[in-house]
Amino acid sequence: MEFEFTEEHRMARQMVRDFAQKEIYPTIKEWDHKHQPHPDVLPRMAELGILGINVPVRYGGQGFDYITLALVCEELERVDASLRVIMSVHAGLNSLAMLQWGTEEQKQRFLVPQARGEKYAGYALTEPDAGSDPVRLRATARREGDVYILNGEKMWISLATLADHMLVFAKTDPNAQPAYKGITGFIITRDMKGVTVGDIKGKMGVRAGSTGWIAMQDVEVPVENRLGEEGEGFYIAMSCLDNGRYTVAAGATGCIRGCLEDSLKYSKERVTFNVPIAQHQLIKQKLAFMQQWYDAAQLLVLKAGWLKNQGKRNTRETAVAKWFATDMSVKAALEAVQLHGAYGFSDEYDVERYLRNAKGATIYEGSSEIQQLIQADYALGYRQDKPLRCELPAYDPEWWQSEN
Amino acid sequence: MHVAVITNCTPDTAAAVAIDSGGNLKFDDKLVVNPWDEYAITEAILLKEAHSGQVSIITLGGPEHEEALKHGLAIGCDQAIRIWDDALQGWDSLAYASAVAAAITKLGGVDLVIFGKELPDIASEAHIFQTARRLGWSPLGFVAKIEAIDPAARTIRVRRQVESGTETVTSRLPAVISVIKDINEPKYPTFIGIRKAAKASIPVWKLADLGLDAAAVAPKTRRLAYQDLPKREGAVEIIDDPAALVDKLLEDKVI
Repeated sequence: MEFEFTEEHRMARQMVRDFAQKEIYPTIKEWDHKHQPHPDVLPRMAELGILGINVPVRYGGQGFDYITLALVCEELERVDASLRVIMSVHAGLNSLAMLQWGTEEQKQRFLVPQARGEKYAGYALTEPDAGSDPVRLRATARREGDVYILNGEKMWISLATLADHMLVFAKTDPNAQPAYKGITGFIITRDMKGVTVGDIKGKMGVRAGSTGWIAMQDVEVPVENRLGEEGEGFYIAMSCLDNGRYTVAAGATGCIRGCLEDSLKYSKERVTFNVPIAQHQLIKQKLAFMQQWYDAAQLLVLKAGWLKNQGKRNTRETAVAKWFATDMSVKAALEAVQLHGAYGFSDEYDVERYLRNAKGATIYEGSSEIQQLIQADYALGYRQDKPLRCELPAYDPEWWQSEN
Repeated sequence: MHVAVITNCTPDTAAAVAIDSGGNLKFDDKLVVNPWDEYAITEAILLKEAHSGQVSIITLGGPEHEEALKHGLAIGCDQAIRIWDDALQGWDSLAYASAVAAAITKLGGVDLVIFGKELPDIASEAHIFQTARRLGWSPLGFVAKIEAIDPAARTIRVRRQVESGTETVTSRLPAVISVIKDINEPKYPTFIGIRKAAKASIPVWKLADLGLDAAAVAPKTRRLAYQDLPKREGAVEIIDDPAALVDKLLEDKVI
């Protein structure tokens, strides 16, 4: 068993840390206040190659492994969750789905420009009336010759107004039994006739993130934009979540680390009863818990990443990492606010932003309650992984790093 | 065009400094790439992009300084060399300069040597000018901009930051320059560069490889002891009344 990061891991992490800290951190609070994405984030992440970090070089990416993806997400959310959300949807939910399920032609057409950062990508499963129970989704796709006609509405979609490519799920057979076998995945592009997008305002957190809705009215989608087989969409959507949740979990470790680092700094500076508050036992306890949560969350994430590198199924391990890391990030942020006292309650310090950001991640990409059901069902033997028609490829450095 | 960048790792400028019971200097944090060298590395890469050629990056020190070399390789330097020898323990600036100058001579064909403004841990830039002297090349310190460089005509024109303003000077190549932070926006490593750097095996040049012996780098200065800065004492007194404030300042002979 190996607990050391490689030099590649360390250097990639440092590079992303420098970018996020130097270029984004100084002004992120302003963009959070404005409820607007920081305008430099997406183009700079594209330019620096971060968007394609763990896509094989032959598909326009940087050829790093799944562990690096987690380290990148941790560093991004250390500054703000809105940065990590980009990786969750562009890389985790969409690009890795292209890698796993796409035909060679689809990889060339969609994955290559996404990995190069020339096109932004998103994932649209959730609807106004279908979140934790996606089988209830109402969007439809009717086949007419060489095209599908898509109708429906998607809600709470990250990068809805910024993504060029969107992986959407719709029912090709609304009467299928069981219902999940009637769902199919499609890649739509923002310029398709009948696609309308908009932003959602008033979010509690991730205010510098782009979240919106997509309406599809008689959108003609060519057959060659169908991802996987007809009726395979539910399997695809769930496999995407294995990667999306992984990035969310990794990001949450970054949030916990932020709470810990900021609290360590403040507790050495703030004096009460003639000593820095760090010397009070109840403050130490908060710091100790934050350290424990960070360590445990990171280990769970890295275990899932290791399984991905090996090409082993990781649905359960990813789900437990997502559940634990996001729940603990909320607890860590609450403790950080408490430790900062009145200043923590004010936006003069960052910890109130961490708290608002952290809460969302216990809801999206499978709420904490859904993750608990998943764990229980695995433990009870009610749920077992079946092989997928297309498995997520294992990380083979030689293949991932070679041009062709 | 062949550019050589000289770099080192240094303690983080935010690190707390202390002296241990044995009288040794201790920093509470890990080493980082000398922040000044970030500008030097970037300037070398910009010159390579503009004029083609190669960039060599050199450090003097133990294996802990390889991080600075790998950082340079990850940004785009073509080769890295670490100079070290047991005889260099306790080096002073002249020993450092002698070894670096010998390495540049051994590389051959170097047109320009770039240093970051100073080594912040010892707050010294003497080694830069001593390197130039050892090589017999022009030293151009505190360069804020390379205005023109002509490898064919063997000339360089730079704008230097001086106390009273700026000064534009020309020199023949090869030359030794030190750069300040106005010169560029430091580049990040690229991911392809990171992979290359992670796989790189960095040669160590010992004194014998440089044609030097221990006597040539024997330090002419020795650090005898470190001493903590005296702790600041006194209290802050806030005087709201302007007249009372003036009286107090007069009394303390501040004004």
